[in-house]
Amino acid sequence: MDKLTALTPLGDVTARVDTIGGLEIREVVDQAMASVAARLGQADLTKETTAAKLGLVLPDVGLSSQAAPFTAFWMGPDQWMISAEHDSHELLASEVKLALGPCASVVEQTDGWCRFDITGVAVCDLFERLCNAPLRQMANGAVTRSSVEHVGAFVWRLTEERVAVIAPRSSANSLHHALIAAATSIA
Amino acid sequence: MIINHPLLGPRDAQEFTYLGDATLINRPYWLSENALRDFHDYLHLRDNPAGEHRELWFHEQGDRSWLVVTRNTVTHKISSVELACDVARANGRSTGREEAQVA
Repeated sequence: MDKLTALTPLGDVTARVDTIGGLEIREVVDQAMASVAARLGQADLTKETTAAKLGLVLPDVGLSSQAAPFTAFWMGPDQWMISAEHDSHELLASEVKLALGPCASVVEQTDGWCRFDITGVAVCDLFERLCNAPLRQMANGAVTRSSVEHVGAFVWRLTEERVAVIAPRSSANSLHHALIAAATSIA
Repeated sequence: MIINHPLLGPRDAQEFTYLGDATLINRPYWLSENALRDFHDYLHLRDNPAGEHRELWFHEQGDRSWLVVTRNTVTHKISSVELACDVARANGRSTGREEAQVA
């Protein structure tokens, strides 16, 4: 079989990093992702099993949680996204499904999304030009799904000056363009 | 217009899409004797009030939950917003019993 080369969501072999003014926009490609949706009436069982088997507390509305090597954020009622380092957890969905059993549906999400981490003191200025999410009011660790320049995306405040935005992989270029344009306008 | 999402708080209406009358939740049982008439009424008969109206909205650019929004069609004032799953369960739906009926 031919040797295949993995491409990033922006279509390159290496992750793109742009520095504009004080803002760094970094394409993140080292995270595996899997969604967890509790089956009807089994949300509590899903939370208990995740805590017992993975040591991970599934977060409440609009929040995220962490328990190495896993990170989870709330996506919707009784639904979460779990992520982990891709190199060590390439088969994350199977791993989570094996741990949770029949109480939840687990779906592989890794190649469905693109992620950009934006770092800089002006990160709130950037997002208030692109998105309705009230980033200034969001505490560290808060996640909300909204639209960023007409692209549906999760906006995840990692720290005071660092925000991750996760959007459908097929919209990677549009989202990247929007981030660059907004960053340029405030640089 | 702002919709006060029961879980997420106030959100701009541009994040939502509108489906229609909240009576759409009460889908008739498809194996009942009167199914044909029930589905005719379900599909075609709607009230069109000038005033308070309960309607289904989908938080498409958000947590993707269905909501029942009570809105005054004259003033656009929204008096209550509930999760559609809570409304459905309060009406005895979405409990897993529909499948039991078929079996």
